Amino acid sequence: MLVLENVHTHYGKIEALHGVSVEVKKGEIVSLIGANGAGKTTLLMTVCGSPQASSGRVILEGRDITNEPTSQIMRSGISIVPEGRRVFSGLTVEENLHMGGFFNTKAEIRKSQDHVYDLFPRLKEREHQRAGTMSGGEQQMLAIGRALMSKPRMIILDEPSLGLAPIVIQQIFEIIGQLREEGITVFLVEQNAHQALNLADRGYVLETGRIRLHDTGKNLLANPDVRNAYLGG
Amino acid sequence: MAAHNLKHALFCAIITIIIAYPILGLNLVAQGTSVALEGATTATVINVFLAAVAVFLFQLFRDSIMGVFGKVPNLNPMAKRGPISQERRLLMERVFFVAIILLALVWPFIVSRGAVDLATLVLIYIMLALGLNVVVGLAGLLDLGYVAFYAVGAYTFALLSQYFGISFWLALPIGALLAALFGFVLGFPVLRLRGDYLAIVTLGFGEIIRILLNNWTTLTGGPNGIGGIPDPTLFGMEFGRRVKEEGNVSFHETFGIAYSGEHKVIFLYLIALVLAVFTLLVIRRFMRMPVGRAWEALREDEIAARSLGMSRTAVKLSAFTIGAFFAGFAGTVFASKQGFISPESFVFLESAIILAIVVLGGMGSQVGVILAAIAVTILPELAREFSEYRMLIFGAAMVLMMVWRPQGLLPMRRIQIELKEQG
Repeated sequence: MLVLENVHTHYGKIEALHGVSVEVKKGEIVSLIGANGAGKTTLLMTVCGSPQASSGRVILEGRDITNEPTSQIMRSGISIVPEGRRVFSGLTVEENLHMGGFFNTKAEIRKSQDHVYDLFPRLKEREHQRAGTMSGGEQQMLAIGRALMSKPRMIILDEPSLGLAPIVIQQIFEIIGQLREEGITVFLVEQNAHQALNLADRGYVLETGRIRLHDTGKNLLANPDVRNAYLGG
Repeated sequence: MAAHNLKHALFCAIITIIIAYPILGLNLVAQGTSVALEGATTATVINVFLAAVAVFLFQLFRDSIMGVFGKVPNLNPMAKRGPISQERRLLMERVFFVAIILLALVWPFIVSRGAVDLATLVLIYIMLALGLNVVVGLAGLLDLGYVAFYAVGAYTFALLSQYFGISFWLALPIGALLAALFGFVLGFPVLRLRGDYLAIVTLGFGEIIRILLNNWTTLTGGPNGIGGIPDPTLFGMEFGRRVKEEGNVSFHETFGIAYSGEHKVIFLYLIALVLAVFTLLVIRRFMRMPVGRAWEALREDEIAARSLGMSRTAVKLSAFTIGAFFAGFAGTVFASKQGFISPESFVFLESAIILAIVVLGGMGSQVGVILAAIAVTILPELAREFSEYRMLIFGAAMVLMMVWRPQGLLPMRRIQIELKEQG
């Protein structure tokens, strides 16, 4: 589904990713964990084409998207839930969802909207509420719902648990599991290593711009190095 | 109680003296060829000190004075009403537009020539402000060089008529399109910029255009400007006493009425009115189209908008281009109204005034912007009797406005678009 081959990414002269190779297969949940500044978000942004990789290749469903503009990549069956949710706080829940289906027809929007409300009954209750007045968890649900509006085959989540209460995190992760059952491929970037690896089929550990470890989620959870570094021993 | 205000009050009083004394107390008097500095009369000095004392006392007892104001029951009976429904609001807006357009239509026939002339100027500012509203209010791109596009429109008409004898009606679309092209071209370098940096670059662009017009004397006539810009014609009918161009006829002869200079003024006013209404409707349409929502999405959150697949380039360029297009419109009308243009009409202050209109009216709100355009253009005219204190009053009005209503006269309310139930 998504393949990164030896990707290097630069911010000006500084190299943030030193040859990263990652593969996400169709129907999988793949987690990427790493400490602050390891380059997790950079990796996601490289997939989205902002910044673009300076060398290496990014391949989405067999198509080389390394040098495609962001707007084009985001319209080709891939969706991102950006870090920090970034819902349109002045818009209502419904309008936020409509923005998510910006390039779809009205009939498609209506269909995906109903689908999102099925997935998040909470959003249906808040349909006409301004997004900015909702709790963090509800906003995260909205951000995920908005990303689903374009009916993506793959969804990228950047730290969906950021700043949320443990019980809400639990809910969000349950929903991510649900997405897989619907056949959506999930690429999850998390600091919350325990839950991310528990849920994932496979996991990657990113450290200062390099992939350190790569294994199944269960194996990584059991790995003593990972336990020491990311799971508090 | 007032003790903690003492330091602040003293400071304010001293500032008052520092500012007021040189302005009011010192006069430059011409003595033959040289200029001498003359002290003020004792009366002025006493007044300045009285003012300082007044400021001191006010600041000292500020809390209790403002407290009294706070106890005054709210004078605005509308203050406590709840939000009105969207249908009602849209209806009210429509009624407002129809009423103001009707008033505008009868206006030239009931007031003096001067008032019609002023109203034409108001309409030009409405066009400019509606255009800038797209860039600043909707797309959230702070543009301090907007007057450049206005200048492009005006100079396009002036130069085309001077060198090629092109008439107003042909120059109108050319001027607007050329201004749009300039907006498009300016859009490219500023795509990556945001906030302050964007403001500086657009400011620079505005100055570049003005300085270019000032110095390219062979083409633009430099500071001397371009005169003799023809008036618009009505289906080949001219409004002058005598027909200037061959093949044309004059308006008053065709209709067999006595010649009056007022015809031309009224005609120009009506053209400006039609164009202003056109601007209003077109931009209103844009606001409800996907591109309008994309402008707002980009203003609200650039990263979120891009993550949804919107192209930053396309969205920003469209805002710049459409905004510039209407400035070009306004410029052409302005050139035709004045009959003479020079770079002096396109200084930074113009950009600032147009921006002030947009901010005062409430970013993104069309009704607000129209009201503010009327207020900002007419207030200085009404205050003409205060001559030198005109700008002072203008400035004070702006400051008060920002204190009491920072969101503008009528802040923008977005239109909710609902999906029709599939039947």
